[in-house]
Amino acid sequence: MPETITIEVWRYRPEQDSEPAWDSYEVPLRKEWAVLDGLNHIKDQLDGTLSYRWSCRMGICGSCGMTVNGEPKLSCSTFLTDYAPGPVRVEPMRNFPVIRDLVVEMGDFMAKLPTVKPWLVSGDDEPDEDAEYLQTPVEMDDYKRYSMCINCMLCYSACPVYALDPEFIGPAAIALAQRYNLDSRDAGAEDRRDVLASAEGVWACTFVGECSVACPKDVDPAGAIQRYKLTAATKAVKDLLLPRGAR
Amino acid sequence: MTTKRSPEPFAWLLFSAGGMVAALLVPVLLLLFGIAFPLGLLSAPDHAYLASVVSHPITLLVLFGLCVLALLHWAHRFRYTLYDGLQLKKYGVPITICCYGGAIVGSVVAAVVLLRAL
Amino acid sequence: MSTRDAASSEQRLYRPPVSLTWWLRKPSYLLFGLRELSSVFIAWFVVYLLMLVYAVSSGSAAYQDFLDLSANPLVLILNVIALAFVLLHTITWFGLAPKAMVLRLGARRVPPGVILAAHYAAWLVVSAVVAWVILR
Ligand code: SF4
Ligand code: FES
Repeated sequence: MPETITIEVWRYRPEQDSEPAWDSYEVPLRKEWAVLDGLNHIKDQLDGTLSYRWSCRMGICGSCGMTVNGEPKLSCSTFLTDYAPGPVRVEPMRNFPVIRDLVVEMGDFMAKLPTVKPWLVSGDDEPDEDAEYLQTPVEMDDYKRYSMCINCMLCYSACPVYALDPEFIGPAAIALAQRYNLDSRDAGAEDRRDVLASAEGVWACTFVGECSVACPKDVDPAGAIQRYKLTAATKAVKDLLLPRGAR
Repeated sequence: MTTKRSPEPFAWLLFSAGGMVAALLVPVLLLLFGIAFPLGLLSAPDHAYLASVVSHPITLLVLFGLCVLALLHWAHRFRYTLYDGLQLKKYGVPITICCYGGAIVGSVVAAVVLLRAL
Repeated sequence: MSTRDAASSEQRLYRPPVSLTWWLRKPSYLLFGLRELSSVFIAWFVVYLLMLVYAVSSGSAAYQDFLDLSANPLVLILNVIALAFVLLHTITWFGLAPKAMVLRLGARRVPPGVILAAHYAAWLVVSAVVAWVILR
């Protein structure tokens, strides 16, 4: 194994550059080092001006998403040795405006997420404070996969439809809506339908499937969208055929 | 958002039905009539027999369903191919009219051709 | 959503352009593009099928003309390409179908592999029936 590896970092410094540029750094190549450790080495030892986000270093907080050699990755869970002998190219997540270096503007996702009401909507007008809402393991299996989402936005970064149509509500928001729609304790499916079943909701998706490939938590947002298309289409047919009361 | 009355779910259901019918039926038909018979790998059925198959009402019904659904499948998918592949979403309305208009014209032609075979 | 624009008035955001050939950037994007293009060849097949039916119902001479046309190298090449695209359509279609369908038997969810196998079995049966009707 070579002693070092070259990391090529995409740099954008809005106060001095009008165009992005590449900077190269040599970092030690260690078996236990992720790309994020390489970036931390750069920031601590070589170039303190480098900007990027991270927190947990263990694939939980979802803040360290980047494009590594062209693929959307969590930089804390992507190991340098997998790219030896290098170089490793690190870019910001695609499909988002870049604030600086590897830091992207995520306001768009933050604005869209609450529109699908990603929380339990109670069916009762006056919920009983002390009530327990029981659920069997089989019922939990219906949505458990979607509840693993860490909001890292790698799926948006992988999605060409989002790149072309920024109004698209996007993979994670729809998967999270399904996380609650499929929860036996939730009564909010009808509330979420206006957003999900709109032209900028599931119908914008052409099932490229890259979001599910990119997802580090195996959430399968493409599957969630596809499933909701079937649900929304069934509902639309019912709306057409059945009188109001019978739905 | 005026969403509940959007035609998208119906377009999608027809797209899906067409995709399924095409996936099941088109490979075998294209393999036989487009490749195996012309290349002489299999001998083509004689005219009298094929005419009797084609003029059967069940055959005509299946072929009509196949043509209409496959064209609607094309209309939906091709519309998105133009939107995304060539970034033409700003011309969404004329593209939609051309694609579904084409599918409707094609369906009428199919009906005429198939009725003629009855 | 307006948040993007609101932010841009204070910051100098860099917005990477989307190239017209984005679908060439990755093999998986290219495969997606080809899959979407398959619809063109399905439309071509409808045209070809209607030509066949028209010829058959016009008499045996017209049918022979159709057979001659189908043996024309250009038509043959077109049909070979079309078959490749149609097979791509079928395989990808069956591969994606289990994602939309969630079937249950009692409380248990039918595994995606079983749904996939059922699609291939149906394809085999339909193809065999069609071939039998035509070749009998
Ligand atoms: S669905 Fe997966 S890729 Fe998308 S934000 Fe959630 S964890 Fe990240
Ligand atoms: S630093 Fe938290 S997910 Fe990578």
